[in-house]
Amino acid sequence: MAVAERRPTAIYEGTRIPSPIPTVLRVPDELREAGDILQVNFGPNHPSTHGVLRLIVDLNGEEVVGLEAVIGYLHTGFEKNMEQKTWWKAITYPERIDYVAFQNNEYVFVAAIEKLLGLEIPPKAVWMRTLLNELNRLHSHLVWLGTSGLELGAISMFWYCFRERDQILDLFELVTGYRMHTRYFQAGGLAEDIPRGFYPECRKFVEWMPKAIDDYDNLLARNGIWLERTKGIGLLSAEDAIALGQSGPVLRASGVDWDLRRDQPYLAYDQVDFDVPVYTNGDVYDRYKVHVDEMRQSVRIVEQCLDVLEGMEGEPWIVDDRKIVLPPRDELHTSMESLIHHFKIVTEGYRVPEGEVYVAIEAPRGEMGCYVVSDGGPKPWRVKFRGTSFVALEATATCTSNALVADLIAIVGSLDTVMGEVDR
Amino acid sequence: MSWEHVPGYVSEKEAHGEQTVVVEPERLVEAALHLRDEEGFSFLSDITPTDYLGWGQKGVAGYIGTTTGRDLNRPASQGLQVMPELKPKRFSMSYHLLALRPGAPRLRLQVWVDDGEPVPSVVEVWPTADWHEREAWDLMGIRIEGHPNLTRILMDDDWEGHPLRKDYPIGGEPVRFSGEE
Repeated sequence: MAVAERRPTAIYEGTRIPSPIPTVLRVPDELREAGDILQVNFGPNHPSTHGVLRLIVDLNGEEVVGLEAVIGYLHTGFEKNMEQKTWWKAITYPERIDYVAFQNNEYVFVAAIEKLLGLEIPPKAVWMRTLLNELNRLHSHLVWLGTSGLELGAISMFWYCFRERDQILDLFELVTGYRMHTRYFQAGGLAEDIPRGFYPECRKFVEWMPKAIDDYDNLLARNGIWLERTKGIGLLSAEDAIALGQSGPVLRASGVDWDLRRDQPYLAYDQVDFDVPVYTNGDVYDRYKVHVDEMRQSVRIVEQCLDVLEGMEGEPWIVDDRKIVLPPRDELHTSMESLIHHFKIVTEGYRVPEGEVYVAIEAPRGEMGCYVVSDGGPKPWRVKFRGTSFVALEATATCTSNALVADLIAIVGSLDTVMGEVDR
Repeated sequence: MSWEHVPGYVSEKEAHGEQTVVVEPERLVEAALHLRDEEGFSFLSDITPTDYLGWGQKGVAGYIGTTTGRDLNRPASQGLQVMPELKPKRFSMSYHLLALRPGAPRLRLQVWVDDGEPVPSVVEVWPTADWHEREAWDLMGIRIEGHPNLTRILMDDDWEGHPLRKDYPIGGEPVRFSGEE
């Protein structure tokens, strides 16, 4: 795989970030006076906006000369809600913020709790979390690839990608009992032991998946329409990407060699072998290439996790701390202490020491951050998520300068946004 | 590492392996420029406002479930075991910075303000701050000064109040129906 140098040649000269408002493309005054500008509402219920995103677009013929993104249609107050829940009940919320990368989001919040508590997690839980996070990355990229293909006319991509996506959801169901929003990570480890039969099923998937990825690449990499509609579209230079806070595949497609899994290792990422794909053209096509290459790397990581996990039969999957972790179910019938612990944790919750932490991970869409403040009580004082998609949408105006209206769909799609995470 | 040379330096703290530098709100932009250009913190991850109204007191506004809120003096209530450290002012604004270099050093730049006190905008320093600051205004009511487009972002344009404040009521908001007088 081609790994670029840290400094690519400039994608374009100077900066294209609009001024004075970095996220709003303004129609130039002389164009406005010519009076040929058509203002169009793109969304909020347009099928290819991946949710309820409204773009106010000013068109000069087919050319996009003005653009403003309007968000908030999906705002549900997750952060406010989490302040009312005990720590362990709040774990269900982050998964629903970004409903495509649920496992990663769940991890980032659990990791923040564990950082405040100072918990040391058993290795089996660490490896299983790594594995599920990578499966979830595959899931997220498949949804992205399928829907982006669909929007640009490659309808078969949607069917193929969702076939493999279903296999991943089957694996989640096998492990956790739920297909999405699993709530499998507890503060301290995993909620349950890994069930028998997971490893062979996961192996089957790992053997199948590389072939499927080759198929996707064959369908798209020499597809004339796909290439025409993605190459050289939606340019974003490395400097602009950093200034606009872009992360994940968008940043790596602009030639910045940055991946938190490698540069700020968490979980077991420092013990597995993987490459970070980087491309330098900063267009929609390169974002697609980063996604596809990352899927290959994720399969590699899942395979390595399986190798380690298969040798961990019988090891603990959660810390043995009865003040934080629910006691085993069977003990409730025989042990008074377990019953008391269970009652206390379920009714009051556990207390988390006072402090503030910011935990960031490489979610499928880029840096997912979670800032948590505790006052020492059983409920979070403040929870804030750095929604990766929220930040990604800020780049829409920069990417669409000089674009055609048909490219708009390709560009918004390539930024890989999930509106649930944008509006929270 | 000491951060005393940061313009407007007030204090610093290291906890949970994270560095926090508190600066004076008036000199925030100066400090931001220094950190971006001299220290290499070119990447702004996140801006988070936090409301500390009722911090460490009993009867925290906005807590449902217990009518009186949390009572420190009542045994077995959801009380705190120790009093948390008092905060200098009501609101904190935390700017989470990241330097894109080996080791991925992070820094939390923090300012403290009371209700209505302005915080200068850092959009000129990090363009990504645009929406973060609009969110801080919309949900927490932090007055951002010098922002080019300070409007509500997540709530309706005509929304009253700032929902993430601790004194904002939970439940009981009027539900608006179309065609209602």
